[in-house]
Formats: sequence, C-alpha cells, structure tokens
Amino acid sequence: MQLGFLVDLHLCMGCKGCEIACKVENEVPLSTWRLRVKYVDVGSFPETKRTFTPLRCNHCANAPCERICPVSALHYIENGIVNIDKERCIGCAGCVMACPYGAIYIDPQTQTADKCTYCAHRVASAMMPACVVACPVEANIFGDLDDPMSNISKYIQEHEGNVQVRKPEKGTDPHHFYVGGGNVQLNPLASFRGEGHNLFNKLTHLPLGGHH
Amino acid sequence: MVHETLAATNAIVTLDVPLPGIVWGWIITMNMWAKSIGTGIIFLTFFLLKKYPEQTGFIRFPSAAVSFVFIQIFLLFTVVDLHQMFRFWHIFAHPHLTSAITIGAWMATAFVGLLIGMLYAIYMKKDVAMYDKLLGWTTLLAIPVTLYTAGLMAEATARELWQMPTESAQMILAALLAGSATMILMGGNKFSDPIKKDLGLVLGFSAFAAFILYMSEYIFGGMKSEEVIATLAFVKGGEYTAMFWIGQVMAFLAPMALVCLSLKNQSYYLLKIAAVSALIGLWVSKHVWLVIPQLLNMS
Repeated sequence: MQLGFLVDLHLCMGCKGCEIACKVENEVPLSTWRLRVKYVDVGSFPETKRTFTPLRCNHCANAPCERICPVSALHYIENGIVNIDKERCIGCAGCVMACPYGAIYIDPQTQTADKCTYCAHRVASAMMPACVVACPVEANIFGDLDDPMSNISKYIQEHEGNVQVRKPEKGTDPHHFYVGGGNVQLNPLASFRGEGHNLFNKLTHLPLGGHH
Repeated sequence: MVHETLAATNAIVTLDVPLPGIVWGWIITMNMWAKSIGTGIIFLTFFLLKKYPEQTGFIRFPSAAVSFVFIQIFLLFTVVDLHQMFRFWHIFAHPHLTSAITIGAWMATAFVGLLIGMLYAIYMKKDVAMYDKLLGWTTLLAIPVTLYTAGLMAEATARELWQMPTESAQMILAALLAGSATMILMGGNKFSDPIKKDLGLVLGFSAFAAFILYMSEYIFGGMKSEEVIATLAFVKGGEYTAMFWIGQVMAFLAPMALVCLSLKNQSYYLLKIAAVSALIGLWVSKHVWLVIPQLLNMS
C-alpha cells in the first residue's frame, strides 16, 4: 500500500475548510500550520484571477526529512506515510532545513518537529484525513496509489498529462499530486512574495516558538 | 530567471502564512567556528611535530588542551541548539545512520575520547610516544569530524546553495585557516622563523583558496539554479551584503595581504593581526553562508 494525495486545483475555491479541519483534528497550535491554502493573484487588471493552492507535507518516497533525522523520529510506516514520533524528536530542526516544501515546523508547545501525517491516526481507524472530509467540493482526493481501482489512481489516469508535483527537480518523489497546477501555484519563486500586509493579517515572520 | 518569471506571470502572493524565521542561527555558526579551531589545531600540531620535532615539542600539551576546549564549545552549542536538549542522548540510544548528525555526534565523541587520551599521555604520564601515536589517530579522525557538517548541509535538500563538494572543501580550509591562526596566537614568539613562515603560508594559502571558492559561488553559482540566484541576491545588494563583504575581507583578503607583508618584513606582529582578523572574519563568513539560504520562502 502506498497512500497518496491529489488536489484538483480547478475545484479548490480557497474556503480554507481543510485548513481549519486540520487545525481542529490535530490540535495545531496558533501561528503554525500542518496544512494551509496559499492565495496567489495573477495578471493585471482587468485580466486577473486568484489561484488557491493547499500546501502540506508531500510524504516523499525519498524523503530528505527522514534521511536527515538523527533519531528516526521521522519514519515511514507501512502504508507509505512519513510519520513523526514526537516523543523521540530532539528538536534539532534538521528536518526543517531539509524539507524543500517548507512543510515542517517546530511546535511551540512541544518543542519538537511537526507536520502533516495524512492524519495517520484516522487512517489507522479506516477513516479519511480530516481535510478530505471537510472539503465541500471534493478537491482533496486521498487513497492507495498502488491500487489501480482507487479513486486517486483513476483520477491520475483520467488527467494524465496534467498531473504535477512540487519541485520534481529535487528528486524527492512526492506522493502528493496536483491537477491543474501551474508554475505560479507550485513554484514559490514564480510569484512575488512581499513582507508586510497580506489580506487578513500583518504578520511578517513566523515565530519559531522556541527559546532561541 | 526569477525576475523574468515574475514579469511574465505578474503573480503576487496575497495570502499565506508568515515567512519562516531563521532556524539555524548564530548558535550553529558558533558550533562550526569552534569546531574549525578544535580540529584545525590538531592538523597543525601534527604538521609541526612531523616537520620540526626538535623545536615544537612544547606545543603538545597546549594544542591538545586548546582543541579540547574548543571541541567542548562546539558540543555545548550543538546541544544548546536542540529544542529538546535533554533528549540529546537519543542520538546514541536511537541512532539513524543515514543522518550526518548521528555520524557526526559519534565521531565527535570518539574525537573527545582521543583528546582526553592525548592529555592524559602528555600531562599525567609524560609519555611523548603515546601522545604522538594518539595524535596520528586524532588527526585522521579530525578529517571526517571537520567534514560531517558539510554532509549535514548537503543533506538539507531544501538549501540549494550548500553543495557537498564546495562545502567539504570550505570546511577543511576553514579548519586550516582557524588552526594556523590559533597556532600563531598560541605560539607567541617561541617559534623559529621557518616555523612562523610555514604557519603564515598555511594561513595565507587557505585564505586564498577559501576566497576563490566563495567568489566562484558568488559569480557562477546562480548560473545553474534559480534558487541560488534568489539566495545570492541577499549578498548582492540585499540585507546581508555588508556582512558578507566584511567577512570576506576580514577572513580572507586582509589575512592574505598581512601574511605577504609579514613574510616580506619578517614581522610576527603582522602575522598575529592576520590571525585575529582571520578568526573573526571566519565567524562572520560562516554565519552569512549559513543564514542566507534560510531566508528563501520554500513554499
């Protein structure tokens, strides 16, 4: 079994329901995110559009975070999920430095690394991840990539040629796919990212939550 | 090119989480800097004892002691940087052998053991032969202890600027630079002129080679990767430009010039100024190179 995720960006409307569901399900502290939706505005008035891109851990087959972790706190479980053992983590932040997707953060409450686990605890009880359940338009598709009859496998087959992953040049072999994504959504260097005012906040830097 | 892409897409992020802060900051810089001194002094001790065995016997104890102190500083800052520092023993109890952190921690522990052995041999037993035998093994181990940080940086897949071949060369050169500088300051006027000249040459050539590597990255690094262009922008007119050049001048350019002048004028005083400048500049250079890749938004 190899669990994977696919987000159809044609369907996502940026409601952030997945983000909130993830926060509630996993008790993600303030100022940190396991999953978030990024808004990017493209074009010049009046030819403009807004894109929405949910971003989470890619659960790579060749995960740099798993490789660099000195104590195997980040580890694979048999269904392909890259899970984290917070009791074992020493908080060296090597994984934060290694992840090319910026998906790992130091939890300010536990002082350990944390990230999306595809809701491994729910999956173990045969439930879907919280974000999948919350999505009102079924833009999040989750399932077994090894099973050709699973929804995600069929979706990938149907959209062959229009399925992307983030930063394929890194060789991480992500198990998180996008349909309908472009350079602007998937490449952080393709859009201007200014500090200061965003739509709903004035935060400029993510506090590390640590003591230094 | 980043700017061409932006012009082509005219895209702007209008809502996202805040930019990430610096994860590995000055504590890790201290870690690398102290390790360069701790291992570098061993390289230079080995070299001097082989080349000038009659004149340099007095450095056996002080060099082992200085190396021990700086390796302890390195280990202290390594542990202090952990968000769960009291779990550092997990590295030994739950080791993950693909991690450069694990391998480095084990090697550094063995290195400390050898240094204790050297100190015991020379201070307690007054056994020069035992000291010299241990020094050979310690020098050998100092090479991977120096290099493992380069391996760790290479494993940080997200940071395109850090490539193993360049970083490993930089680590060895930093050790030679820091080792020779420390030896110059430590030796006082007890060294003969040929030894001073050799130390000056090691300092000057390691500064020269390290500067070439930095400039190669600075000029050509961006030609292979969009991320490196964006990273180097922080030292090409960006917020770390002044700090970068202060580091380059103090660590490499000034020591090179001062070494030349000291060799020409037979001035050990200038060599000491070069050593102090190199040690300060090395910290600054390493800090800039450590921090700038972390300023990029990964997502």
